[in-house]
This record gives sequence, structure tokens and C-alpha cells, in this order.
Amino acid sequence: MIGLISYLVFFATVASILAIAVLGLNLQWGNTGLFNGGVVAFFGAGAYGTLILGSPALEGQLGGFELAYPLALTGGMVAAALLAWAVGALTLRLRHDYLAIATFGVAVAFESLMRNAEWLAGGAKGIRGFERPLRAALGDGFLYNLAFLGFVLCLLVAVYLFLERLVGSPFGRLLRAIREDEDAARSLGKRPARVRLVAFVTGSAIMGLAGGLYASFYAFVSPQDILPVLTFQIWAMLIVGGAGNNRGAIMGTLLIWGAWTGSGWALSRFAPIEAQLYTGSIQFVMIGAVIVGMLLWRPQGLFPERLVVSQSGRSN
Amino acid sequence: MQNLVDGILTGSYISLAAIGLTLVMHILRFANFSHAELLSVGAYAALVFDKAFAAVFPIAATKLAPLSLTLALLAAIVVSMAFTGATAILIDRLVFRRVREKGNELSMVFASFGMALVMRNLIALGFGLHSQLYSRDIAFAVILSRDPLILVKPDQVFVLGAALVLMAALHLVLTRTTFGFALRAVAENPALAQVNGVDLGRMIAATWVIAGMLAAAAGVFYGLSYQLIPIMGRDLVLPVFAATIVGGIGSVYGAVLGGFIVGIASNLALLVLPSGYSPAVPFLLILAVLILRPNGLFGEARA
Amino acid sequence: MTDTILETRGLTAGYVPDLPILCDVAIRAARGRITVVIGPNGAGKSTLIKAIAGLVPVSAGTVTLEGREITGLRPDRMAAQGIAYVPQTDNIFRTLTIRQNLELALRRAGPGASARLAALLDRFPALAPKLGDKAGTLSGGQRQFLAVAMALAADPRLILMDEPSAGLSPRATREVLEMAQALAAQGVTILLVEQNVKAALGIADHCYILAEGRNQVDGPARALLDDPVVGEIYLGGRRAETA
Repeated sequence: MIGLISYLVFFATVASILAIAVLGLNLQWGNTGLFNGGVVAFFGAGAYGTLILGSPALEGQLGGFELAYPLALTGGMVAAALLAWAVGALTLRLRHDYLAIATFGVAVAFESLMRNAEWLAGGAKGIRGFERPLRAALGDGFLYNLAFLGFVLCLLVAVYLFLERLVGSPFGRLLRAIREDEDAARSLGKRPARVRLVAFVTGSAIMGLAGGLYASFYAFVSPQDILPVLTFQIWAMLIVGGAGNNRGAIMGTLLIWGAWTGSGWALSRFAPIEAQLYTGSIQFVMIGAVIVGMLLWRPQGLFPERLVVSQSGRSN
Repeated sequence: MQNLVDGILTGSYISLAAIGLTLVMHILRFANFSHAELLSVGAYAALVFDKAFAAVFPIAATKLAPLSLTLALLAAIVVSMAFTGATAILIDRLVFRRVREKGNELSMVFASFGMALVMRNLIALGFGLHSQLYSRDIAFAVILSRDPLILVKPDQVFVLGAALVLMAALHLVLTRTTFGFALRAVAENPALAQVNGVDLGRMIAATWVIAGMLAAAAGVFYGLSYQLIPIMGRDLVLPVFAATIVGGIGSVYGAVLGGFIVGIASNLALLVLPSGYSPAVPFLLILAVLILRPNGLFGEARA
Repeated sequence: MTDTILETRGLTAGYVPDLPILCDVAIRAARGRITVVIGPNGAGKSTLIKAIAGLVPVSAGTVTLEGREITGLRPDRMAAQGIAYVPQTDNIFRTLTIRQNLELALRRAGPGASARLAALLDRFPALAPKLGDKAGTLSGGQRQFLAVAMALAADPRLILMDEPSAGLSPRATREVLEMAQALAAQGVTILLVEQNVKAALGIADHCYILAEGRNQVDGPARALLDDPVVGEIYLGGRRAETA
């Protein structure tokens, strides 16, 4: 029984961390209409940033700052935000799919860099030796995991509330206006490119937060944690849940993460030995099919955005 | 110098793939992340057809020295091009067109992400995760020059030659046939093309066929130069996109030039960067283009 | 009584379904005649032509060609019906050469393309020496002629023209409109919208005036030339009562 509860706590923690990332993506896509094809790069920037800032010194590697945890976490977010700012400033004023390609490229380049730059991030070895916060007080067992889950949930709620407030605020209205009729917004003196950049950077910072939490949970990060598949998983979570809807995003995360871990478990348990090598491939086919299927069958997601009817009478 | 030659050889198949992608991106206005998987489809289809032809007509399995190519493989390439063209149309009909009708253009980009995953992993499930070759024979490199040392495999020369032939053929179609004019017309101004009697649906299908055919050839050429492996598509996504962006989306000649630039740059980069960084080189090219000349070398904004 | 080639009834159209630009528009173009549509800015003249050509969605009403309904037909099907359309801007393919533009337009004419090309070049001799040049290098007037030549490629029964004089010098305007007259004399039906009222009324047989997306008045062009109602509509003083 304890084992099951322990597993559920673990599952809930990872799901909540991923949900934070999905909320960040929702701000970029659902609210602003921006296609971030390299989610994992911003997630990774947060992960690596947090650990580099928070770990003790490692031989031959950048580090040793050993900053207090909140600072390290914030530092990770800042790293993600800076990366987003650089990419966004260059691409947001161009056609939409340029952003998709550029962010995809950023993710490839980021992974390549982390895998090869040993002086920066340990290369394939990754960053180790990170001391999980409050470990001394709470130990390493079930109690710690429960506390960490609580911490993550608090952050999830905080991000959720922040984004809900943002959507209802003048900035949120501005985002909607720009998404629906950019020329009208520009004629009113708003600068669409700048507004989009702010939304993009904010969303990426939130992804960085998720990355930082993920890395601190495992107390380790390596290039294996920033593979492209994570981008697809997060997108699938948003598409299934419903773009534009924060609650839907969280539901989508639970569904997809549950399906992913469930299918992984089922395949390793029931698939014949020869097929074990291919469990990854099968899961990828499934997630690809989910993405395509949702777009064909129910593009608005399972929990679509409440309709916000604008002047032209078009609904979202 | 060897790197330059390697770069040109790499560029030949990246260019072929980029031509198809730039047409699709321009006419359908979406970044097709599954385009690179058409190369895999073409390469593996050719493998199947090659084995089939060699089994049915053993005589066709004799090598055309000094290449490792056989008549069977040549025939397989042609059939694979047709097969991949048909596959491209099928995927458009089943997936992309429906998504287009339901949603906006960016939904198609998502769908292409999903399709890429499905295609790549179905190939892995069907053919296995290991790498394969068209021919088990060891191809000996030919020494083109001793100082500086330049080695080239005969197959690579074939690849470059065949790629140039295909590009020349496309050039002739685009500049000498009314079908080619119609395709360029649709790329420039689809509404005006329709007004002049061009059937848009047919031209879109033709675009997919051309893209599929060239991608198949590119995939086979990649396979001849290196190996066949299910993830080959994944590693080619960024270089092919980079080629289209460098050349300017919508420009066939830009795609050709862009492909060679990407190939040469990637190989020359090996002189200064450790090889682990090669996947990042196309990204750096994209970055450079976006900073210096966002529309690429020959691109223009669409009417 | 000359017969009607093209007729619209109750035509309501616009880019966005809930915001129609045209409301309940009715016009008729008679065979071999030049029918002109004029009106102040924003009247919907361009939209009318585009709606007939199949480029703007029609939400209500009908467009009939010789009695057959063609409302909302795809533009390439319209072309097959013998309707040619000369847009106001972007009416030629700049990246193709003149020859390629013409050969493309001739594609739908069926066999005998080279003979037709020769006939077109006879009619538009100014284009002949520039066949190999990209159409983007032509001057405004030359482009207009090329666009008209392309429209003529398939021997259309009806030519729709959207402000053929736009951006042209007075001389080029005269040449284009004279060409329209010559075509009408050969039995081609012309429906054109124009901003240049005087020039338009000079060649027209019948004239419709549109304002705010609705019919205002119509009548023989000669009569309207002297009628002050034209000025009143343009200045916004007079509007027809909506049914």
C-alpha cells in the first residue's frame, strides 16, 4: 500500500511539474498564438541553470556557486527567459512558422551544446552533486517526497492563478486583440511584436521554472533529460487538454502523462522480450497518433476555451 | 579541401529535399516537419523494391562497376520516387487537408510534428532499429588528388550527378512547360492562377508529388552515401529547413543554393568545431539568415 | 432586344459572412455591350466584380450566365465558362516572362495555342518585342495590356474588368478603354467598374451607380452623363430607398 501511495506521490509530482510547463506553453500558444517548437530548450535552460547555480563545485565544470535554492530556481528561470528573449526578438516579427523552425533549432543546438560542452554542463555526465533543498531537515524518504509534492503543487497553483489573472487583465485583453486583429491593434498604438515578445518570454520563464523543479527533484540533469520527445509530450498535453484553457491544460497533462507512464509500464510488463527494444517506438507512434487524431477530431481539445466572442462575431 | 568536397556531396541531397520543402512551405504556407520523413520512406521503399527486383530478375542484381549500384536498385529508385510521391499525396488527403479545413495553418505544423513521429517509428517497427545498407560490398574510395588529399567514393559521384540531373530536369519543367508555369503561378499568386484557369487542387497534388519524388531520391542518395537508419529523417529536419530558409522560402533555385551552402558549411565546420556540434550548424545558419536577411537569398513575401 | 449575358439578383456578399459589403445588388450586362458600374469609394464596386468572379464569398442572391446559375463557382471553373477577369492590381505574374504569362493563359484555350498566341500578339504589338522579359519589368500601362491579353486568351464571352484605368496615364487609359470598345464591337460582353467616371461613361452603353453596397440608379450612359444625380450620389446627398 505504501508502495502504491509512494508511486502516486512520485507520479503526481512529475505530472505537476510538467503541468507548469504546459501552462507556460498555453500562454504562448493558447493566448498569443505562438508556436514554440523547442519547448525542451527552455525547460532545459531552467533545469541546467538551476543546477549550475545551486550545486557545489564540480571538477572541470562551471559551477560551485551553491546559491540558496530560491535564488538558484529563479536563476534557472532567468536563463530560460534570456534564451527566449534572444530567439523571440529575432523571429517574432517574421512569418509564424519561422518561429516554429527557429525554436526547434534552438532545442537541437541546446542539446548539442549540453552534450558536448563539458566545461559548461558536464557533457554526457551531466550535473551531479546537487543537494536537494531542506534535505537535512526532512531526510530522503517518503516524507521528503510528500513535502516536495506540496511545494510543487503550491507553485502550480501560483502559476495558474497568475496566468488566470493575466488573461483577465488589460494585458490579456491586449493579447486577444492582437491575436484576432493585429492591424486594428496596431492602429491603436499597441506594438504587437513587443507584446508577443513579453508573452513568449514569460511563458518560457514558466517552462524554465518547471525545468528547474524537475532537475531539483531528481537532483541530477543530463542531456538525456532534454531530448525532443519532451517537446512532443508537452504539446500533446496541451492539444488534448485544450489550448487557451488553463484548467484544460492541467487535465491534459494528467491524461497524457498517465497514458505515457501507463503504456510504458504495460509494454514492459506484457510485451514479449524481443519487443522490449521497441517500446519507445510504440509509445512514439501512440503520441504522434494522439496529436494527429486530436487535431482531426477535436482540435479545440477535450476542455475547450470558454468562447470569448469578439467584435466580428467569430468565436475561437 | 576534403571537407569542401564532402560538403558538396552532402549538399546535393539536402538540395533535393529542400526543393520539395520550399514548394510545400510556400504554396501551402506551412512548415512541414514531416518532410524529412519522406526521405526515409523513399530510402526504405527503394530497399524493398531493390530486394524484390533482384529476387525476381537475378540478372538485374549485377553491379554497374565501379558503382555499388545495380540495375535493380536503379529501377527501385524510380519506383520508390513514384511510391513516395503517392504517399505524400495520401498523407495530405488524409491528414493535412482535413486539418487545413478545420483549423489554421499552424495546426498543420502540429499535425506534421505528429506525423513525423508516426512515420519515423512505424519505419523503426517495420524495419528494425539497426542500420542497413543497399549493398554489402565495400566501396573503395577513389583518390581524386594526392595533395591536398581528396578521396571520393564512386557512389558519391553518382549521387551528385544524379542530383544535378534531377534538378536540371525540374528546371526544364519549370521554364519550358505550361505545367511548370502553372506551378510557379500558383506559388506567386494562387487567386490569379485560378482566374487564369489553373486548378488549384491539382497543382497542390502535383506539388506533393514533386516533393515526394525528390525526397525519395534524396533519401536513397543519403542511404548510398552513408546508411539507412530509421532516425535518418530526424537528423535531416533541421538541415533541410535551414536550406529553405537560407535560399528563401518559395525559391527553387534558392533551395538548391541553400542546400549546398548548408552541406558545405556543416562539413567545413568540422575543421573548427568538434563533430558533436554538427547538428547545431544548420541552426547557426538559420540564425545568421534571420539576423542579416530574413527573406533568404531569393525569397520574397507572398502576394 | 439585346439579350442579357450576365445577371445578378439580390446579390449579398462580403469577406466576412456577418459583414456584407454588397446588399441585394442587381445588375445586368447585355451581349456585346459595355456595362459600367461606378460609385463613390467604398461602394463595393470591386467587391461586386470579385463576387461575380468567384473570389469573394456570396451569402445571398444569384449570379447567372445566360440563364445558368454560376454563383460561387470556383474561379478556375468560371474561366472554363468563358468568363475572363482582369483584376485591378497583381493582375499578371511578375516572376514569369511575358511569353510564359501568355502561354499559361492560353493553357485553358485548348489546342492551337501557337496560332492564338500569334493572334494575341497581333492585337497587342507592344508586347511582341518583350516576350522574353519578366512581366515585373513592364510599365503600368504595359502590364494592363498584358493582363487584358491574358484575359482574351481563351476567347471569353464576358470580360470583367476592375478599374482598368487605375494607375494609368490618360493616354494609356484611353488605349485600354478603346480596346474594350473594339472588343465589344466584336461581340464580347464587357462589364467594368471604374473610378474615372467621365472616361467610363464615355465608352459605356449602360451604367449602374452603386453606393454603400446597394444599387442607386442605372440607365443608358448617355443619359447619366448629363444627369446631376450622379454628382449627388457621389457627394452623398442622394441615396436610393432600400426596399
